[in-house]
Amino acid sequence: MQIQEVKHKEALTSNYAVAYAVKAADVDVIAVYPITPQTTIVEKLAEFVANGELNAELIHVESEHSALSAVVGASATGARVFTATSSQGLEYAHEILHIASALRLPIVMAVPARALSAPISIHGDYSDVMNARDTGWVIYIVASAQEAYDTIIQAYRLAESVYLPVMVAYDGFLMSHTVEPVELNDESEVRKFLPRQIRPYTLNPKRPVTMGPLASPDWYYEFKYQQVLALREAYKVAKEVDVAYGSKFGRSYGVVETYKIEDADYALVTYGGAAYGNARIAADRAREKGIAAGVIRVRLYRPFPTLEILKALEGVKAFAVVDRAIMFGSPAEGPLYKDIATAMYMNGIDKPAINIIHGIGQRTIYVEDLYKVYTMLKDRPGKEVVFMGVRI
Amino acid sequence: MTLPKATQLPIGAVIPEPGSTRKNITAGWRTLRPVINDERCIRCQLCWLYCPEGTIVEKRGVFKVGNRTYDVKYEINYDYCKGCGICANECPTKAIEMVPETT
Repeated sequence: MQIQEVKHKEALTSNYAVAYAVKAADVDVIAVYPITPQTTIVEKLAEFVANGELNAELIHVESEHSALSAVVGASATGARVFTATSSQGLEYAHEILHIASALRLPIVMAVPARALSAPISIHGDYSDVMNARDTGWVIYIVASAQEAYDTIIQAYRLAESVYLPVMVAYDGFLMSHTVEPVELNDESEVRKFLPRQIRPYTLNPKRPVTMGPLASPDWYYEFKYQQVLALREAYKVAKEVDVAYGSKFGRSYGVVETYKIEDADYALVTYGGAAYGNARIAADRAREKGIAAGVIRVRLYRPFPTLEILKALEGVKAFAVVDRAIMFGSPAEGPLYKDIATAMYMNGIDKPAINIIHGIGQRTIYVEDLYKVYTMLKDRPGKEVVFMGVRI
Repeated sequence: MTLPKATQLPIGAVIPEPGSTRKNITAGWRTLRPVINDERCIRCQLCWLYCPEGTIVEKRGVFKVGNRTYDVKYEINYDYCKGCGICANECPTKAIEMVPETT
């Protein structure tokens, strides 16, 4: 009789899964300010620290601006750090986002994505994350609690390889507060996977350096170009880390995940948990009705996986991008649509592509809605922006 | 002068050594340079006091000027003087003249 290896599984929300990953990564400093729906991540981490399961400094700060500032300082000394925020908190920390990436600090931050005020909404959409997309951070958008756990661990390895901060985002509430089975890795194995890679320069009284000096027009541009190069490097390293993680722990996702795309005529491109799960079921339903449907999920959002997306879309006749944030006043209001359109234009590809905006403020995206998108692609493929699910 | 390329600079704009500003000549933007006329200088120290960059250098020694002897002399450190002209403006005897920089 073959004895099967018993794997350690827990029923966890994505928030708790993130907390378990942070514990496994053995972080040194956590700075936090509570904001819905992020709070339970840090509640769990505080519990780990209080119980002596995690030997970390947990700093209670007075705002998200301070939370990110505190981890910037700690990371500059060479500590492994973690913070988490959401929505208005991410906006409040926005200026520090730029500072963290420009100082090239390997910070890892979890963001259960949430709608922005006004009017106040505590519910999930991706307005906050999309506002942070041009700040020089690496951004993952994950689709399950298991993936959130795995990606936090990958994020530390990536961050400390290319010296860039990494954001791991997922649906607020729909993922942050719903329970899924999560397979947890052996913590000692995670620590072997994540040897501490300290930056070449740290704040250290024995070896004084200056960080964040003034740069005149003679110097500033070069440092910004360094960030461009770093994100290009991060694109390669993210794929390598994913492969390395897969061969060690048995789970890998790629930078872009596809579902039944090989023979698909019509594809739906999207991100995050809710849309992805529903999109797969919608694709299955469309296939039952004779429409060759497929799904593409963008997992690594920044740096943008241009090649993988173009490759996945190669065979399709028309596709739709389902965005869950609005870029007001843009030629097309969906942020992911804009990225894909740019990628296609720059590579001389022209295809019918509809931009669907849906799920704003956690407006329910029904499977039926996404099925309708496939019929739309089949019946009247074109280029337009559709605000789905809104009362017009 | 050729400045280092983006790939040659330490990442994150770190300055990897302390006291590096001592090596940086910060007078690059000067268009007028102050020149002290030692004949008219009465050693009142006002230029030294008012200089916002601390570029007036006080030298000790025996200095004969005409038939007078002083134990101190003021000079300007042109590596750091930005040519603001405050010294010339404050000098009570108009001993400091602002002269155009020539390359």
